[in-house]
Amino acid sequence: MSEQKKSRWSKLHNKLFEQNSLLLTVGILVTVSIGGIVEIAPLFYLDSTIEEVEGVRPYTPLEQLGRDIYIREGCYNCHSQMVRPLRDEVERYGHYSLAAESMYDHPFQWGSKRTGPDLARVGGKYSDEWHRDHLRNPQSVVPESIMPDYPFLETSELDYDNVAANLRALRRVGVPYTDEMIETAVSDITTQLDPYAADYDGFQERYPNAVMRDFDGDPSQVTELDALVAYLQVLGTMVDFSTYEAEADENLR
Amino acid sequence: MSTPQVLRRAGADPSTAVVLLITFLGALWSLFAAAYAPEAAMRGQAWLLLGGFLTGIILIVGTIANGGVVNDEREYNENLVKAGAIATMFWGIAGLLVGVVIAFQLAFPVLNIEQFGFTSFGRLRPLHTSAVIFAFGGNALLATSFYVVQRTCRTRIAGGIWPWFVFWGYQLFIVMAATGYVIGITQSKEYAEPEWYTDLWLTIVWVAYLLVFLGTLWKRKEPHIYVANWFYLAFIVTIAVLHVVNNLAMPVSFFGARSYSLFAGVQDALTQWWYGHNAVGFFLTAGFLGIMYYFIPKRVQRPVYSYRLSIIHFWSLIFIYIWAGPHHLHYTALPEWAQTLGMTFSVMLWMPSWGGMINGLMTLSGAWDKLRTDPVVRMLVLSVAFYGMSTFEGPVMSVRAVNALSHYTDWTVGHVHSGALGWVGFISFGAVYCLVPWLWKRKGMHSKALIDWHFWIATFGILLYITSMWVAGIMQGLMWRAYNELGFLEFSFVETVEAMHISYIIRAVGGLLYLSGAIIMAYNMYRTIKGDVKEEDENVIPQSAAVPAE
Repeated sequence: MSEQKKSRWSKLHNKLFEQNSLLLTVGILVTVSIGGIVEIAPLFYLDSTIEEVEGVRPYTPLEQLGRDIYIREGCYNCHSQMVRPLRDEVERYGHYSLAAESMYDHPFQWGSKRTGPDLARVGGKYSDEWHRDHLRNPQSVVPESIMPDYPFLETSELDYDNVAANLRALRRVGVPYTDEMIETAVSDITTQLDPYAADYDGFQERYPNAVMRDFDGDPSQVTELDALVAYLQVLGTMVDFSTYEAEADENLR
Repeated sequence: MSTPQVLRRAGADPSTAVVLLITFLGALWSLFAAAYAPEAAMRGQAWLLLGGFLTGIILIVGTIANGGVVNDEREYNENLVKAGAIATMFWGIAGLLVGVVIAFQLAFPVLNIEQFGFTSFGRLRPLHTSAVIFAFGGNALLATSFYVVQRTCRTRIAGGIWPWFVFWGYQLFIVMAATGYVIGITQSKEYAEPEWYTDLWLTIVWVAYLLVFLGTLWKRKEPHIYVANWFYLAFIVTIAVLHVVNNLAMPVSFFGARSYSLFAGVQDALTQWWYGHNAVGFFLTAGFLGIMYYFIPKRVQRPVYSYRLSIIHFWSLIFIYIWAGPHHLHYTALPEWAQTLGMTFSVMLWMPSWGGMINGLMTLSGAWDKLRTDPVVRMLVLSVAFYGMSTFEGPVMSVRAVNALSHYTDWTVGHVHSGALGWVGFISFGAVYCLVPWLWKRKGMHSKALIDWHFWIATFGILLYITSMWVAGIMQGLMWRAYNELGFLEFSFVETVEAMHISYIIRAVGGLLYLSGAIIMAYNMYRTIKGDVKEEDENVIPQSAAVPAE
């Protein structure tokens, strides 16, 4: 290498970066910072990043715990939650996904692989019974499926004594949970599972349009299946698309 | 110099005390987590962590009792590199094995043993990716960077006990992450799944790694910093930045496992893929280019092809790579301007990548005959060829129109594996094949024929893998968008799943072959270390004696 003729620039490089490790370190740091700053930082302050829509609310405590189970089981490895604005995807899954729909998702679950179908709009598409059968043994409802069985969900009791702490942590990172929501977090779990709950109205006020019913078909206990199905059933159902104007100026990005 | 030489030891120096303190605090936290963690999974894992930290304390105290770590400026620290080479081989086989298991799970879902979910695909897939990237790849980088920085600076590695802390701390990180996935502790960010406490631990280890590396550069006896070290340094510095920013999160409780990402939705998505793509760019590319720039010239006894190209390659590669992340989010809810930027820079990235490939390949000028005579050179060269191929395929797939088809399909998986098995795997194996005779002072490997077997079996495995995944991915992408003559979608989703069954079997067989090659290598390495070397290999040129300039 050394016997080659060196240009002025390589001599300068040689003198600056190859004989001074701190300068090399700083040079690397500056060089690799530029791209990230230019691309990511604007997303935090450009208003146009997230559309103006109605209906997106924080998850109920039950849905949030269901989401935690979704993450725990690694569902994101095979299921995306991001419908792209392509003709076949919109026809197969429904309206393309908006940034607003995941604005309270810490972390996001857009996924990167569809070994199974997209789940961004799976909410309301199948009955609770279907989900129960499907999670217990996917091949019982879709014989060609290669999804693993999750029979333990319906027998595992949901651990929700500390759910208020989960909501508090989410509030610290920006999800607008109110004091009231955090106070009632534990009881809201059982409230959502009971369509005749005493606090029905209060719950609907805290979480407008949240579906209230026993999701796992067994009212005698609160299971992980209850939470996971509650989460699956809310996916993609929050935005009222009858009031969403895709062509409005503030929604064009 | 007096005879017999007594190795100089560090004694109970301040560094050892600090490492002991860190280990003690880790043990203390684990103890409290075992008692107070809200989740049963965390309470269980905390006992394992406690065991790890207590073992660490015992080892350190034992070392102090022995007079401290060996810190003899008259010698290179080769035990460190030996440990790294063995760890590379061990984790390589572990990671590949899990990969084969999950590949068969996709072909035969009955292999997901469902009892508690421990072995379902969703939990094992992160185990596989982390094991091959961070455990196998990470240890290959630790081992080679420790070797290269000492040799090219002609000085012993800096820091006394610290490089050992980096090595063992990193192994503990691997165990923390891996056991966590299996029992359901994950934050779901791909290739950054470990939860906050594991992230924090890795941060400590990584800062120590950076300081050890810089410290060695500072006390170098050579006026210049060799090009391989630029790449290693860029890898260490940038991974630190990526790791810290992408893992910013709010823990639910101080002793619990769960945390929530600081960012949400679209911002979280771009932060993650800025991280994700640069885990490829800086962990799996820059670091391994460091290997290329040292081991290929050393093995073929030729200088690096072009000094100027090295400079251009280095700065343009690290500048452009960092922009490429948004190509993972084409047609998503990420604003289009960001997608376009990501695509543009991804296409530009083709040039520095091929510049590097040319610099690596042309280093063989005047030594091409070694392709015939030395299977290790063949492995290193094929590795660089795979690098060239996947860095061409990548920019193609980052074009929005191509991505519309390829995204979410197994084409991506095939692309990744041509880079991972071909480039990262082969350059690491090649480097270890170089290192083992050097470190254990052998005339060659136990069997040259077995290196050849490894090469051909693994190469055939890669071909099966990538061709089956190309077919599967492109087929699935086309089936998703197929319409019948009445204007309806032609296929239901599950029909596309069914259609891929045969490709999944071929892929699993390809993976099995690749694993077999690695097992052959481990056997060969074991026999070599044991001293079972039959013939002298003229391609193994002994490294200079272990005497840094004094």
